[in-house]
Amino acid sequence: MTDAGPERAEAPKRVALFATCFNDTMWPGTPRATVQVLERLGVTVEFPWKQTCCGQMFTNTGYADEAIPLVRGFVDTFEPYAAVVAPSASCVGSVREQYAALARRSGDPGLQRAVEQTTPRVYELSEYLVDVLGVTDVGASFAHRVTYHPTCHSLRMLRVGDKPLQLLRAVEGIEVIELPGADECCGFGGTFAMKNAAVSVAMGSDKARHIRDTGAEVVVASDNSCLAHIGGLLDRGRSGVRWMHLAEVLASTREQPA
Amino acid sequence: MSRSHRTSEPANPVGSTTATFVGMPSFPHAAADAVGNSQLRRNLRHATHTIRGKRAEVVAEVPDWEALRARAAAIKDATLARLDEHLMTLEDRLTAAGAHVHWARDAEEACRIVTDLVQQTGVDEVVKVKSMATQEIELNEALAAAGVAAWETDLAELIVQLGDDRPSHILVPAIHKGRSEIRQIFSERMAQAGRAAPADLTDEPAALAEAARVHLREKFLRARVAVSGANFAVADTGTLIVLESEGNGRMCLTLPQTLISVVGIEKVVPTWEDLDVFLQLLPRSSTGERMNPYTSMWTGVAEDDGPQDVHVVLVDNGRTTVLEDPVGREALRCIRCSACLNVCPVYERAGGHAYGSVYPGPIGAVLTPQLRGITGALEKSLPYASSLCGACFDACPVRIDIPRLLVHLRTRVVDEGRSGRPSAESVAMRSAEWLFSDARRLTRAQQGVTTAARALRGRTSLGALPWPMSAWSSARDVPVPPQETFRQWWARTHEGRA
Repeated sequence: MTDAGPERAEAPKRVALFATCFNDTMWPGTPRATVQVLERLGVTVEFPWKQTCCGQMFTNTGYADEAIPLVRGFVDTFEPYAAVVAPSASCVGSVREQYAALARRSGDPGLQRAVEQTTPRVYELSEYLVDVLGVTDVGASFAHRVTYHPTCHSLRMLRVGDKPLQLLRAVEGIEVIELPGADECCGFGGTFAMKNAAVSVAMGSDKARHIRDTGAEVVVASDNSCLAHIGGLLDRGRSGVRWMHLAEVLASTREQPA
Repeated sequence: MSRSHRTSEPANPVGSTTATFVGMPSFPHAAADAVGNSQLRRNLRHATHTIRGKRAEVVAEVPDWEALRARAAAIKDATLARLDEHLMTLEDRLTAAGAHVHWARDAEEACRIVTDLVQQTGVDEVVKVKSMATQEIELNEALAAAGVAAWETDLAELIVQLGDDRPSHILVPAIHKGRSEIRQIFSERMAQAGRAAPADLTDEPAALAEAARVHLREKFLRARVAVSGANFAVADTGTLIVLESEGNGRMCLTLPQTLISVVGIEKVVPTWEDLDVFLQLLPRSSTGERMNPYTSMWTGVAEDDGPQDVHVVLVDNGRTTVLEDPVGREALRCIRCSACLNVCPVYERAGGHAYGSVYPGPIGAVLTPQLRGITGALEKSLPYASSLCGACFDACPVRIDIPRLLVHLRTRVVDEGRSGRPSAESVAMRSAEWLFSDARRLTRAQQGVTTAARALRGRTSLGALPWPMSAWSSARDVPVPPQETFRQWWARTHEGRA
C-alpha cells in the first residue's frame, strides 16, 4: 500500500462526482459504481446537477471557442469543492492539461484564476483512492480472470502509473493477467476513430487480438470511450470477452457481484 | 557557360528522379490504402519494433536521460530565441574559414542557388549525402530540370531513388521495402544509373550491400561536386556536422573538389558544448546506438585536403514563419532522429508515404502544415493524423510536446475555416456546444436517448448506422444506450425524486 503522506490526514471525505457526459448518458453503470465504491469507503458523494461535459471532444478536434463555455461551466460547477472525482482518465486529463490554455484563449482573467484554483483538485478515480485516501484494498470481490489496458491519457497524460493495477490486485478472488503491448494506444482517440477510421480500426484490432490472446474473461480500463472502441471490435468478432470499467470491478462485492 | 563535355544521354537515365510529394491525397485516404497492405504493415511493424526495443535499451543506460532531454530543449529554445544572432556568427566564421555563405528564403531560391553553383563547375552529375533539407526543397528535381543528375549515396536513399519511389521514414527511407524487392530494383535499375548489379545477385543482405558498394564507389571516384546537408552547424567555429552509419557521406564530404551544403537555419547550435548534448541524444534516439559509426565535421576549406570550393546555403523555407508562432515553434527543436516515428502506432499502420512529405510520422504531422502553411487538403488533414496517445512526446529527445502542437494546429485549421461555409462537422460541433452548455438541455436530450433505448429493449448492439456514424459501425459494434441515465438514477436514489 502506498503512503500518501501528509495529504492523507486532511483527505477530503466529501467529494463532488464528475460523472462525465459520456458516462452519464451511455454508461451510467460506471459513475454508479464510483458512487458505490466511495460511499463504501465512508466518503460523502455529491452530484452537482448542473455539470455537463469537460469539452474534450471540442478541444481535441480544434473547436477551442466551442470548448470555452464548457470550461466556464465546469469551474462554475466544481469550484466550491475540495475534491472532484471522475471515472474517466481522459476527461480528467483534458481538465488538468488543457483548461489553462483554453482559459488564456478566452482572455478572461477571472476564468484563468478559477481554472488555476479548481483543476488541481480534480482526480481520476484511482488517483483519489490511492493518493488521497491512501487505500488500495477497497473491499471488492471479483472472481474472474482480467487483463488491464492502461489508456493513453491515464498512462501518459495523468501518469497514474500502476495505481489501477494496485487496486485490481487487491480485489478478492481476481486473477490479473498481463497484457502484451499494454502501453500501445487502442486507436480510439476521440474523433480520430471517425476521421481516420481505417487506422483506428487497425490499431484496435491489434489491441483486441492481444486481449484475446491473454485468455482473460474481462478487459478492464479507466476510460469507457477506449473500452467502447476495443469492445466494439471484440463484440463484432464475437470474442466473448467482456469489457468493464475499473470502477465496476472495484464496486463488485460477494453480495452484489458485477 | 560551357557544357561542352556533357554527354548526349539524359541527365538521369533512371527516370523522372524521385517522385514528388506534391498533390498527395489527404491523410485518411492515403493511410487507408496502406492499412490494407499487409506486407507493408508487416515490414513496418518489424522494423519499428526492432528500433524501438534497441532505443529503449540504450536510453535506459543513461542515468540522467531526462535531465539531458531538458537541457537539449532549453538549448534549442534559447538558440531559436536569438536565431538571427547565431546565424550571423555562423556566417562570419564560415566566411573566415574560406566557405561561401548563401541565404535562401524559400525552396525555389535554394534550388536556384545550388543549380547555379553546380552549373558553374560545368559538371552534369553530383553525389549526395542523405539530406532532409534537399529533399524538402526538391533539389534533385530542380537539378534534373537543369540537366544535372543527383545521385543519392545513402544505401536506403539509393534504393528509393532507383525504385522511382519516395522515402517513407526519416532515418530508414526504404523501411517499407523487403529485401527481395530491393534485389529486383538493383537488378533492373542499377545498370541505367552506372555500374550494373551482378547477374547472379541474391537477396542476401551482404550481397545487396556489396552490389551497392561497387556501384557507389564508381560514382564517388568520378564525382567532382557533392551536395550535403548537415545535422548541426556550430556557430562559434563555423563547423558543419553530419552523422551517418555507412561512411558514404564521408566519401561525399572528402573526395569531390566542390562541396555544397544545404542547411536549414534551425540547425545552428551556438557552441561545441551545446553540440555535446545533441551528440549524446541523437544516436541513441535514432538508431538505438550509443554512438553513430561516422561523425564528420568540416570547417570551411582545409588547404590541399578535401573540397577546395565550399558553399553553405542557409535555407529558411517557412522556418521564420514557424518561429513567429509561440506554440508551434517548438517543432523547430527537432533534430530529425525519428524516435517519434518508431513509437507511433499511427505511423506503424499508415506508413510514411501517407504523410505526403519528406517529414513523416508525428513530427511531420506538426512540421509539414507549418512549413507549407495550412493550405491544401493534405496539410489540413495532417494535424488529425494522430490519436493523441502521447508516445511521441515521451520518446522525443528534445521534448517536443507533439500532442499539444497537434491540438494547437487543429485549432488553427478550424479557426481558419470559420470564415468560410460551415461544414457538417462545424454545425454538429456548435449544436453539441449548445446542448452541453446547459444541463437542462442535456437532461432533456438524454430523456430522448433513454426513450429510444426502451424501444430497443433486448438488443445487444445497434446495427449499421448512417453517415457519419457509419465510420464507426462499419467495423465496430455500437452499444445500445441504457434505459436510465446516471442523472435519472441519482435523482431516484439520492434525491428522492424520479
